[in-house]
Amino acid sequence: MNKLLVTVSPHIKSGRTVRSLMLDVVIALLPACAAAVVIFGPRALLVLLTCVVFSVLGEAATRKILKRPSSIGDFSAVITGILLALNLPVAIPLWMAALGSLVAIVIVKQLFGGIGQNFVNPAIAGRIVLMVSFPAAMTTWAKPFFYLAEGANALSPSVHAISSATPLAALAEGAELPQLLEMFLGIRSGSMGETCALALLIGFVYLLIRKVISPVIPLCFVGTTVLLTALAGFSPFYELLSGGLLLGAIFMATDYTTSPLTTKGKVIFGVGCGFITAVIRLFASLPEGVSYSILLMNILVPHIETLTTPRPFGEKEARAK
Amino acid sequence: MNAILKPVSKVRGGAATPHFKHTADKDSVRMPAPGLVVIPMQQHIGAPCRPVVKPGDLVTVGQVIGTSDAFVSAPIHSSISGKVKAIRPLLMSSGAQCDAVHIENDNQDTRCEGIAPVTVTSKAELLEACRNSGLVGIGGAGFPLHVKLNLKDDSGVDTLLINAAECEPYITSDYRECIEFPERVVAGIALVMEHLGIVRGLICVEDNKPDGIAALLRVLNADPGRKQDIQVVKLPAKYPQGAEKMLILTATGRKVPPGALPSDVGCLVMNVSSISVLQHYINTGMPLVRKRITVDGGAIRSPGNVFVPLGSSIGDVINFCGGFKSEPVKILTGGPMMGTAQYDAAMPILKQNNAIIALTESETYEPEESACIRCGRCVAACPMSLMPTLIERYARAGDAERLVKVGVSSCMECGSCAFSCPAGRPLVQYMKHAKLVQRKAGAK
Repeated sequence: MNKLLVTVSPHIKSGRTVRSLMLDVVIALLPACAAAVVIFGPRALLVLLTCVVFSVLGEAATRKILKRPSSIGDFSAVITGILLALNLPVAIPLWMAALGSLVAIVIVKQLFGGIGQNFVNPAIAGRIVLMVSFPAAMTTWAKPFFYLAEGANALSPSVHAISSATPLAALAEGAELPQLLEMFLGIRSGSMGETCALALLIGFVYLLIRKVISPVIPLCFVGTTVLLTALAGFSPFYELLSGGLLLGAIFMATDYTTSPLTTKGKVIFGVGCGFITAVIRLFASLPEGVSYSILLMNILVPHIETLTTPRPFGEKEARAK
Repeated sequence: MNAILKPVSKVRGGAATPHFKHTADKDSVRMPAPGLVVIPMQQHIGAPCRPVVKPGDLVTVGQVIGTSDAFVSAPIHSSISGKVKAIRPLLMSSGAQCDAVHIENDNQDTRCEGIAPVTVTSKAELLEACRNSGLVGIGGAGFPLHVKLNLKDDSGVDTLLINAAECEPYITSDYRECIEFPERVVAGIALVMEHLGIVRGLICVEDNKPDGIAALLRVLNADPGRKQDIQVVKLPAKYPQGAEKMLILTATGRKVPPGALPSDVGCLVMNVSSISVLQHYINTGMPLVRKRITVDGGAIRSPGNVFVPLGSSIGDVINFCGGFKSEPVKILTGGPMMGTAQYDAAMPILKQNNAIIALTESETYEPEESACIRCGRCVAACPMSLMPTLIERYARAGDAERLVKVGVSSCMECGSCAFSCPAGRPLVQYMKHAKLVQRKAGAK
């Protein structure tokens, strides 16, 4: 008989791996990617590819330079690339998309130790860096289906195709709003992946069925924002469907690394994100606040965790005696 | 009619383990005694026994071959008749070394003289019987039974819980006990309740064992004189339902605080096979010399339940079950969640063993270890409300102060965290390490 393997128990495992979880997130993002390509044309695909390629190459190169084992096999860099792309306007110059990806992966993720170690969501940090550096390009919105009228120019929207305000901006300016059904299907201006609520919800249901995420953060996040803005007199449906609320709540705020481990902590985190988003929407000069709210709450995660560390089994009862 | 009770609370977290109860329908088969048995002198928590036989002595089935004067210990008996060949040190899978008595079988199967039914009329006689039966907690820890049952008169224990949850995958030996000897189980419970003054007996069985529940109910209902003081509780089949604190919580709603014992919340927990073996000893006078062992796992040709003379080697038992049909990667005593990986198939079967599981590579693959992604699965899985990923971090940093604060000593090493971890982190190993870090700091 060959030598027997001796290890500490348990001797069986659930079979879930980091790669299978990350692949599930990629799959859950595919409807939103497809919707982006349908609504904003082939250029959306180009932006997506640029972000994914630069994220993965950036991760591979950094790991190599830092002499660490390769980690691109876990697919987390692919997710960062897709998420960043979905948070960009379709007309963004490709070099900016590439730059944003490198900032997200190299600076925010790898320089802090790689997967599981970054203290803010890489894609959100990447988006905010681009937002601060290139405010004009980051708020140049193309009209939905602009590419159908552009013919040869489908890949680079002309002046006629752009400058359509997002619903939130329109709301702030008092301009005419798109119909609710159009909003639900994503036929509106905005970041590539945030417009189609239907696609995002399909992804959400998939993540829940596959038990990749718990629904606590998205529900608390969206619920708080919708409730607070409704109390301030805005239409809850428009608030729900506009801006990056669903994309942020479902895919960005639920990032494992940058959200709390405990259920209680998740509630605080989700409500906090929703509160900050509502405050920014209601009072700040920015029309949208999802990215900033998640970023701010990311930073608070260690404190939330300290506050919500559960007491070991039976300890409360022992003290009560 | 005796109604089946529902659980009054539920276990937090846990692991979605497969059940794999392939041997549930396999009647227990008596294995012939092997040519040689090796009986270690340490088969329980507490003081080891010293051999009272020497090489060349003739011994019989049920004869005492090791005893100790220490309170926390249980005598050890010969499981076969034959000649003591040697007494040699044996390296146990725990890493400890102890003396082991090697006995060569004379194939006469001579029973020890003086073995006769035992009468128990008082608590003292019950404890004496427990000690003489050699019984230790069969659930795994191997706590001597007479120590456990030695409750203070004002202990306030009102409930005897019989653990037949058997939440470990593969193992069916307790289930078979319920089906094959339900009368013995019920009689044993009544005996212990009577002499310890316990008013309520709850037999706790998981809901995926309907035949076991039916067999127990049949016995309970067959005795019209019986008051409804013994009942069956049907628990959800979820790992680690059978852990002592979880069992008490679900069956009675009471929580055993960290560092406390079940008796502190008025409960006494006994394994179903233990109570049955105790009653068998009362009925016959034959101490614990044979155990039912579930033999299963992908590498075993004919899985089943086997009555094994203690001290038989793992290899003897596997050969009795048709040997291997494929190469085993690991051989465990106990279940795959908390069982011990054995380094050698020549290791003997001990009192507290209840299964031999020989796993193939596909059953027990070791996932590649990668960084923690903070997915929180370990936190959600921990039935003791601990945060395994944080404990790992503090253990690696040697931070004993924080380990005390997060309550690592509450960890029962059930493995739910490590089972669930997608990054393949050996969390149970870190829990053990964390306890060591804490102990060392405390010793300073």
